[in-house]
Amino acid sequence: MIIGVDVGGTNTDAVFMDGSTLVGAAKRPTTADVTSGIRDALGEALHHLPRDRRVDAVMVGTTHLTNALLERRRLSPTAVLRLALPATESLPPLVDWPAELRDATGAHTFMVRGGHEYDGREISPLDGAAIRRAIGRIRSEGVRAVAVSGVFSPVNPRHENEAAAIIRQEAPELRVSLSHENGRMGLLQRENAAALNACLGDVAELSVWSIRDALASLEIDAPLYISQNDGTLMDAEFAARFPVLTISSGPTNSMRGAAFLSGVRDGIVADVGGTSTDVGALVKGFPREAAVEIEIAGVRTNFRMPDMLSIPLGGGSVVRSEPLRIGPDSTGYRLREEAMVFGGGTLTATDVAVAAGRARVGDRRGVEDLDSPLVDRVMAEIQARVETALDRVKTSAHDVPVILVGGGNILIGDSLAGASEVLRPPHGDVANAIGAAIAQVGGQVERVYSLDGTDRKQAVADCRTAAVDKVVAAGGDASSVEVVEIDEIPLTYVPSNATLVRVKAVGNLALNRT
Amino acid sequence: MWLITEDLLEPIATGAAILGTGGGGNPYIGRLRAREVIRQHGPVPVLAPEELSDDARVVCVGGIGAPTVGIEKLRDRQSYDALRAIEECTGEKATAMISNEIGGSNSLEPLIPAAFAGLPVVDADGMGRAFPEFQMKTYFVYGVPCCPMALADEKGNIAIIRDVVSPLWAERLARAVTVQMGCAACYAVAPMSAEQVRRTAIPHTLSLARRLGEAVEKARSRGMDPTEAVLATCPGVVLFIGKVVDVERRTGAGFARGAVSIDGLDEHRGERMSIEFQNENLIARRDGDIVCTVPDLICAVATESGEPITTEVMRYGLRVTVLGFPAPDLWTTPAGLAVVGPRAFGYELDYSPLLPASRNPP
Repeated sequence: MIIGVDVGGTNTDAVFMDGSTLVGAAKRPTTADVTSGIRDALGEALHHLPRDRRVDAVMVGTTHLTNALLERRRLSPTAVLRLALPATESLPPLVDWPAELRDATGAHTFMVRGGHEYDGREISPLDGAAIRRAIGRIRSEGVRAVAVSGVFSPVNPRHENEAAAIIRQEAPELRVSLSHENGRMGLLQRENAAALNACLGDVAELSVWSIRDALASLEIDAPLYISQNDGTLMDAEFAARFPVLTISSGPTNSMRGAAFLSGVRDGIVADVGGTSTDVGALVKGFPREAAVEIEIAGVRTNFRMPDMLSIPLGGGSVVRSEPLRIGPDSTGYRLREEAMVFGGGTLTATDVAVAAGRARVGDRRGVEDLDSPLVDRVMAEIQARVETALDRVKTSAHDVPVILVGGGNILIGDSLAGASEVLRPPHGDVANAIGAAIAQVGGQVERVYSLDGTDRKQAVADCRTAAVDKVVAAGGDASSVEVVEIDEIPLTYVPSNATLVRVKAVGNLALNRT
Repeated sequence: MWLITEDLLEPIATGAAILGTGGGGNPYIGRLRAREVIRQHGPVPVLAPEELSDDARVVCVGGIGAPTVGIEKLRDRQSYDALRAIEECTGEKATAMISNEIGGSNSLEPLIPAAFAGLPVVDADGMGRAFPEFQMKTYFVYGVPCCPMALADEKGNIAIIRDVVSPLWAERLARAVTVQMGCAACYAVAPMSAEQVRRTAIPHTLSLARRLGEAVEKARSRGMDPTEAVLATCPGVVLFIGKVVDVERRTGAGFARGAVSIDGLDEHRGERMSIEFQNENLIARRDGDIVCTVPDLICAVATESGEPITTEVMRYGLRVTVLGFPAPDLWTTPAGLAVVGPRAFGYELDYSPLLPASRNPP
């Protein structure tokens, strides 16, 4: 049996899966210490299960680290060491960070000679002596983590690896994040991702520790895995090294869960919550990746993130007439006190859906007096907004299946423009915990090849092998690994025919069932 | 004379991206570099071509290489090094800098050497938009020598191209050197006289970029239509309003080539536009009929926000308004069209002017 847990901002959900069957589920409020919320949700769900069920693995998705960044809490003092000189000097590390976040991490930045050209040649030999001098200062300033970024490290990671070896030798107590393991082409954005990753180290360790604590108190002794934002898993040790990969894992899990519950692998998922609706495209059962740069806590990064469109529309959205306005404000988790069908005085989208006969929650008498033209206009407006969002997320002009999950899905009708069918799978309210429970192991590799020396097929094959190896190294079952994405991006203006190849592979978790 | 201060960089970059006609590279890094030099050295003065003294010596600088390399091996002060090298080589001191290309990230490149050297920049450029190659500048079409030119990398390597038989040869040689330098070099061309600038440059394009960007910002903050604001700033036409339904990309000869298909919305419902691009947007067809060709400007902006859309981020589902602007007069002569007309990009068709009546920008 597998346990899936989703620690959200409001609720902690837990599900128990036996193979592909959902055997138990529970929803409890998230607590400040994380531990007790998980313990409550798991405890409740466990209560309904036979005692002798063995747990093979626990898979947890958490928004805890995203929130630590947004709130700038418990961030580790972090240094950024760039291997680049004489290139890039005019834009030092952290150059475009919001001042508060830069201050919260200590703003320790260093640039030394090193780095590579687009074709893998050295810009300069790595300056080991300068790195040792930097480490001296880093240690005297109380820094706990170091992000290392080298120019073109996705093409040639050698200097980053050598710098890491020097740091481990000189200062084994420092946590090290390497940019080529954290992002893709685009030095500042990749360096930012590595620095965010580095400063989350302490809070990640604490989170993993809280989760383990909750499991221990329930006497669950099974391997622990954490959800990544691409819908795959990492083990707890890996998560402590790459905490940045948990950012946005919540919406990803919810889309993966929706795919699983509906059996649809290619389509659109709309997760309708209390305040907002997240709309994203599923491609082969995984969320499509965003193509553009994304800001996290005001920092521009380019590591892979799910491509989501969030619109301020949910079950708790406040409705006003004359002129008609729906949201963006919402009653949020107070829906059950403030909405008219629950005896409150605020007209919400849920109230209108009840008046329209679409939803059956609360007491219908609370909305009996609503003007029916208003009800029609609100329902039409909600429909139009969702249809526009679906269309913006779609990747082609064809009609596609649309899967609705989340408690607010009652707002939306059964026929949507652009949808070939509208599905509302059962247990959609715990889709995110199910997404965590069914996650696979993934590996992604991005490399630049000069096609003058290598032929195209050879380059893609090389990259495929590296991606598959990465899945197995991360705990994947070798026989189940499948390549799910191959991208080739030619580098313009480079006459030597250089091309960037990106391959992503996934496989089932190799469970030790002995 | 006016001053480029830090707060003007964002509007200039937005306006420059509109004039980039889908190409011109990622403006983010260029804007950050300009911001850092202005923070260090103070605002950079801008002179209109008419304000140049008659003995002015104006040096054109630009970045050359691959945009995909420029976001990784971030450029430094290479254009300043190239400026110093060309001064030494020609024995002349520059008195002002000028942009090679107002479209996209090259629009801000002259600010870097100008700030280091304490010089002004000229409110003009050699394209009035974006083009992919070195020889595609009005300066060279109208007889300004493109040599000697200096190329500099970040390592301290400097190459001088002393003489070429045509501007196209300068492009070929400079490109080959740039590849060896690691594809993120900068160049500086031998100084121009004030007379040459006034006769061959596209005038007032830096202030045009600024006004375009400010118009978009203002419209956005007041909830007004940004594309109307753009057209009120720079006369042009709405070629199409619609939704992107297909983006086809292929590669060849180092360029990002392809075509975008857009289905009409509003008054264009039922119609389809296709735009062919090679880094920049080159040919726009509505239901098969040609409505705009290079060197006229074909610019796609997000209908809601007025944000310029480069060909790299163009994708299915985007709501775009396609704007057409007449090319500057200097491009529509036989000599200009020979270098940047549709045939120069491999199309078997002639340039058909967009707005014969309103040719001159304000």
